[in-house]
Amino acid sequence: MTVGLEHYLILAGVLFSIGLYGALAKRNAIVILMSIELMLNAVNIAMVAFSRYIVPLLLTGQVFAIFIMVVAAAEAAVGLAIIISIYRYRETIDATKINLMKW
Amino acid sequence: MTGFNIAFWVLAVIGVIAALAVVLLRDVFRAALSLVLCFLAVAGIYITLSADFLAAVQVLIYVGAISILIILAIMLTREVQRGSPANRLQIPAFIVAILLFGGIAFAVLNTPWQVASTPPLEPTTPALAGLLFGEGGFILPVEIAAVLLLAAILGAIALVREK
Repeated sequence: MTVGLEHYLILAGVLFSIGLYGALAKRNAIVILMSIELMLNAVNIAMVAFSRYIVPLLLTGQVFAIFIMVVAAAEAAVGLAIIISIYRYRETIDATKINLMKW
Repeated sequence: MTGFNIAFWVLAVIGVIAALAVVLLRDVFRAALSLVLCFLAVAGIYITLSADFLAAVQVLIYVGAISILIILAIMLTREVQRGSPANRLQIPAFIVAILLFGGIAFAVLNTPWQVASTPPLEPTTPALAGLLFGEGGFILPVEIAAVLLLAAILGAIALVREK
Protein backbone atom coordinates (compact mmCIF):
# COMPACT_ATOMS: atom_id res chain seq x y z
CA MET A 1 0.00 0.00 0.00
CA THR A 2 1.52 3.25 -1.12
CA VAL A 3 1.76 6.17 1.29
CA GLY A 4 -0.89 8.83 0.64
CA LEU A 5 -2.58 11.84 2.18
CA GLU A 6 -4.32 9.78 4.88
CA HIS A 7 -1.01 8.49 6.25
CA TYR A 8 0.33 12.01 6.71
CA LEU A 9 -2.90 13.20 8.32
CA ILE A 10 -2.96 10.24 10.73
CA LEU A 11 0.70 10.92 11.62
CA ALA A 12 -0.19 14.57 12.27
CA GLY A 13 -3.12 13.41 14.44
CA VAL A 14 -0.88 11.09 16.47
CA LEU A 15 1.69 13.85 17.09
CA PHE A 16 -1.04 16.37 17.97
CA SER A 17 -2.67 13.97 20.45
CA ILE A 18 0.70 13.25 22.11
CA GLY A 19 1.32 16.99 22.38
CA LEU A 20 -2.16 17.59 23.80
CA TYR A 21 -1.63 14.91 26.45
CA GLY A 22 1.71 16.49 27.42
CA ALA A 23 0.24 20.00 27.55
CA LEU A 24 -2.64 18.88 29.80
CA ALA A 25 -0.92 16.38 32.09
CA LYS A 26 2.50 17.88 32.90
CA ARG A 27 3.53 20.02 35.86
CA ASN A 28 6.79 21.46 34.50
CA ALA A 29 6.01 24.62 32.50
CA ILE A 30 8.92 24.02 30.10
CA VAL A 31 7.59 20.53 29.26
CA ILE A 32 4.18 22.09 28.61
CA LEU A 33 5.81 24.54 26.20
CA MET A 34 7.65 21.66 24.49
CA SER A 35 4.32 19.83 24.07
CA ILE A 36 2.81 22.93 22.47
CA GLU A 37 5.72 22.98 19.99
CA LEU A 38 4.90 19.33 19.19
CA MET A 39 1.29 20.29 18.47
CA LEU A 40 2.37 23.16 16.18
CA ASN A 41 4.66 20.76 14.28
CA ALA A 42 1.78 18.32 13.84
CA VAL A 43 -0.40 21.08 12.38
CA ASN A 44 2.44 22.03 10.03
CA ILE A 45 2.67 18.44 8.77
CA ALA A 46 -1.07 18.46 8.04
CA MET A 47 -0.79 21.84 6.23
CA VAL A 48 2.09 20.69 4.02
CA ALA A 49 0.38 17.34 3.31
CA PHE A 50 -2.82 19.11 2.18
CA SER A 51 -0.72 21.46 0.06
CA ARG A 52 1.16 18.55 -1.54
CA TYR A 53 -1.83 16.31 -2.29
CA ILE A 54 -4.83 18.61 -2.85
CA VAL A 55 -3.32 21.70 -4.55
CA PRO A 56 0.23 20.62 -5.59
CA LEU A 57 0.94 23.76 -7.66
CA LEU A 58 -0.43 26.52 -5.38
CA LEU A 59 1.84 26.03 -2.30
CA THR A 60 -0.56 27.96 -0.04
CA GLY A 61 -0.25 25.31 2.67
CA GLN A 62 3.52 25.81 2.76
CA VAL A 63 3.05 29.59 3.11
CA PHE A 64 0.72 28.94 6.05
CA ALA A 65 3.34 26.60 7.54
CA ILE A 66 5.96 29.38 7.31
CA PHE A 67 3.66 31.80 9.19
CA ILE A 68 2.96 29.13 11.83
CA MET A 69 6.73 28.78 12.29
CA VAL A 70 7.05 32.58 12.77
CA VAL A 71 4.31 32.58 15.40
CA ALA A 72 5.82 29.49 17.08
CA ALA A 73 9.22 31.17 17.33
CA ALA A 74 7.68 34.31 18.86
CA GLU A 75 5.61 32.16 21.23
CA ALA A 76 8.66 30.15 22.35
CA ALA A 77 10.71 33.32 23.02
CA VAL A 78 7.97 35.08 25.02
CA GLY A 79 6.86 31.90 26.80
CA LEU A 80 10.37 30.99 27.97
CA ALA A 81 10.96 34.62 29.04
CA ILE A 82 7.77 34.45 31.16
CA ILE A 83 8.88 31.11 32.66
CA ILE A 84 12.33 32.48 33.58
CA SER A 85 10.73 35.62 35.03
CA ILE A 86 8.33 33.51 37.15
CA TYR A 87 11.22 31.31 38.28
CA ARG A 88 13.08 34.40 39.52
CA TYR A 89 10.22 35.47 41.77
CA ARG A 90 8.73 32.12 42.86
CA GLU A 91 11.73 29.71 42.66
CA THR A 92 9.46 27.19 40.91
CA ILE A 93 8.03 26.53 37.45
CA ASP A 94 5.50 23.94 38.65
CA ALA A 95 2.35 24.94 36.74
CA THR A 96 0.11 23.67 39.55
CA LYS A 97 1.79 25.99 42.09
CA ILE A 98 1.61 29.12 39.92
CA ASN A 99 -1.97 29.90 40.95
CA LEU A 100 -2.03 33.67 41.43
CA MET A 101 -4.46 34.14 38.52
CA LYS A 102 -6.40 30.91 39.02
CA TRP A 103 -10.09 31.20 39.71
CA MET B 1 8.02 4.46 -4.92
CA THR B 2 9.18 1.83 -2.40
CA GLY B 3 12.09 3.98 -1.23
CA PHE B 4 9.61 6.80 -0.60
CA ASN B 5 7.39 4.43 1.44
CA ILE B 6 10.33 3.16 3.50
CA ALA B 7 11.48 6.75 4.17
CA PHE B 8 8.00 7.77 5.30
CA TRP B 9 7.55 4.83 7.67
CA VAL B 10 11.05 5.16 9.19
CA LEU B 11 10.61 8.92 9.74
CA ALA B 12 7.06 8.50 11.09
CA VAL B 13 8.12 5.82 13.59
CA ILE B 14 11.14 7.89 14.73
CA GLY B 15 8.96 10.99 15.08
CA VAL B 16 6.22 9.27 17.08
CA ILE B 17 8.69 7.48 19.39
CA ALA B 18 10.58 10.75 19.99
CA ALA B 19 7.31 12.58 20.69
CA LEU B 20 6.27 9.87 23.17
CA ALA B 21 9.68 10.20 24.83
CA VAL B 22 9.10 13.97 25.19
CA VAL B 23 5.97 13.44 27.29
CA LEU B 24 6.97 10.20 29.06
CA LEU B 25 10.63 10.66 30.07
CA ARG B 26 11.25 11.70 33.68
CA ASP B 27 14.38 13.71 32.85
CA VAL B 28 13.50 17.13 31.38
CA PHE B 29 16.84 17.47 29.61
CA ARG B 30 16.46 14.11 27.86
CA ALA B 31 12.92 15.11 26.90
CA ALA B 32 14.32 18.26 25.26
CA LEU B 33 16.90 16.19 23.35
CA SER B 34 14.21 13.81 22.07
CA LEU B 35 12.20 16.88 21.05
CA VAL B 36 15.16 17.82 18.83
CA LEU B 37 15.04 14.31 17.32
CA CYS B 38 11.31 14.72 16.68
CA PHE B 39 11.93 18.07 14.93
CA LEU B 40 14.54 16.39 12.71
CA ALA B 41 12.09 13.60 11.83
CA VAL B 42 9.48 16.24 10.91
CA ALA B 43 12.08 17.90 8.65
CA GLY B 44 12.52 14.54 6.92
CA ILE B 45 8.73 14.25 6.57
CA TYR B 46 8.76 17.65 4.81
CA ILE B 47 11.35 16.29 2.37
CA THR B 48 9.12 13.30 1.57
CA LEU B 49 6.35 15.85 0.88
CA SER B 50 8.77 17.60 -1.56
CA ALA B 51 8.80 20.77 0.58
CA ASP B 52 12.55 21.34 0.40
CA PHE B 53 12.56 24.97 1.57
CA LEU B 54 10.35 24.15 4.57
CA ALA B 55 12.67 21.29 5.56
CA ALA B 56 15.65 23.66 5.58
CA VAL B 57 13.67 26.26 7.56
CA GLN B 58 12.56 23.56 10.01
CA VAL B 59 16.17 22.54 10.66
CA LEU B 60 17.27 26.18 11.02
CA ILE B 61 14.46 27.47 13.25
CA TYR B 62 13.33 24.45 15.28
CA VAL B 63 16.47 22.30 15.51
CA GLY B 64 18.75 25.34 15.61
CA ALA B 65 16.99 28.12 17.48
CA ILE B 66 13.97 26.91 19.45
CA SER B 67 15.71 23.83 20.89
CA ILE B 68 18.62 26.05 22.04
CA LEU B 69 16.10 28.38 23.72
CA ILE B 70 14.39 25.44 25.48
CA ILE B 71 17.68 23.88 26.64
CA LEU B 72 18.86 27.30 27.89
CA ALA B 73 15.61 27.75 29.83
CA ILE B 74 16.00 24.25 31.37
CA MET B 75 19.52 25.15 32.47
CA LEU B 76 18.42 28.52 33.92
CA THR B 77 15.64 26.95 36.01
CA ARG B 78 16.87 24.31 38.43
CA GLU B 79 13.86 22.04 38.10
CA VAL B 80 15.87 19.25 36.46
CA GLN B 81 16.25 17.31 39.71
CA ARG B 82 12.48 17.22 40.17
CA GLY B 83 11.96 15.75 36.68
CA SER B 84 8.69 16.21 34.81
CA PRO B 85 6.00 14.62 36.98
CA ALA B 86 2.38 14.43 35.85
CA ASN B 87 -0.33 16.40 37.65
CA ARG B 88 -3.61 14.95 38.88
CA LEU B 89 -5.19 15.42 35.43
CA GLN B 90 -3.10 12.58 33.98
CA ILE B 91 -5.91 10.07 33.34
CA PRO B 92 -8.49 12.64 32.05
CA ALA B 93 -5.80 14.12 29.78
CA PHE B 94 -5.01 10.64 28.43
CA ILE B 95 -8.70 10.00 27.75
CA VAL B 96 -9.11 13.40 26.04
CA ALA B 97 -6.05 12.76 23.85
CA ILE B 98 -7.31 9.29 22.85
CA LEU B 99 -10.79 10.67 22.08
CA LEU B 100 -9.32 13.50 19.99
CA PHE B 101 -7.16 11.04 18.05
CA GLY B 102 -10.19 8.80 17.49
CA GLY B 103 -12.14 11.76 16.15
CA ILE B 104 -9.29 12.84 13.85
CA ALA B 105 -8.77 9.29 12.53
CA PHE B 106 -12.51 8.83 11.94
CA ALA B 107 -12.78 12.15 10.07
CA VAL B 108 -9.65 11.50 7.98
CA LEU B 109 -10.59 7.95 6.99
CA ASN B 110 -14.23 8.76 6.14
CA THR B 111 -13.63 11.88 4.03
CA PRO B 112 -13.45 11.38 0.24
CA TRP B 113 -10.30 13.46 -0.41
CA GLN B 114 -9.97 14.80 -3.94
CA VAL B 115 -6.29 14.08 -4.39
CA ALA B 116 -4.78 15.85 -7.40
CA SER B 117 -2.73 13.65 -9.72
CA THR B 118 -0.31 16.37 -10.88
CA PRO B 119 3.26 15.95 -9.61
CA PRO B 120 4.35 18.51 -6.98
CA LEU B 121 6.34 21.62 -7.75
CA GLU B 122 10.10 21.24 -7.34
CA PRO B 123 12.13 23.19 -6.24
CA THR B 124 9.68 25.19 -4.16
CA THR B 125 11.91 28.13 -3.16
CA PRO B 126 11.31 30.43 -6.20
CA ALA B 127 7.56 29.73 -6.14
CA LEU B 128 7.40 30.44 -2.39
CA ALA B 129 9.37 33.68 -2.85
CA GLY B 130 6.92 34.75 -5.57
CA LEU B 131 3.96 33.96 -3.30
CA LEU B 132 5.44 35.74 -0.27
CA PHE B 133 6.82 38.88 -1.93
CA GLY B 134 5.22 39.01 -5.36
CA GLU B 135 2.20 40.79 -6.79
CA GLY B 136 -1.10 39.63 -5.25
CA GLY B 137 0.74 37.41 -2.77
CA PHE B 138 1.12 37.41 0.99
CA ILE B 139 3.15 40.60 1.39
CA LEU B 140 0.88 42.10 4.09
CA PRO B 141 1.14 39.00 6.37
CA VAL B 142 4.93 39.09 5.86
CA GLU B 143 5.03 42.69 7.12
CA ILE B 144 2.76 41.82 10.05
CA ALA B 145 4.99 38.84 10.88
CA ALA B 146 8.00 41.20 11.01
CA VAL B 147 6.15 43.45 13.48
CA LEU B 148 5.11 40.39 15.52
CA LEU B 149 8.72 39.18 15.74
CA LEU B 150 9.90 42.65 16.80
CA ALA B 151 7.19 42.80 19.48
CA ALA B 152 8.15 39.30 20.69
CA ILE B 153 11.85 40.24 20.94
CA LEU B 154 11.06 43.46 22.84
CA GLY B 155 8.61 41.62 25.11
CA ALA B 156 11.14 38.88 25.91
CA ILE B 157 13.83 41.47 26.72
CA ALA B 158 11.44 43.49 28.90
CA LEU B 159 10.30 40.35 30.76
CA VAL B 160 13.73 39.01 31.74
CA ARG B 161 15.44 42.40 32.34
CA GLU B 162 16.79 42.99 35.84
CA LYS B 163 14.60 45.52 37.62
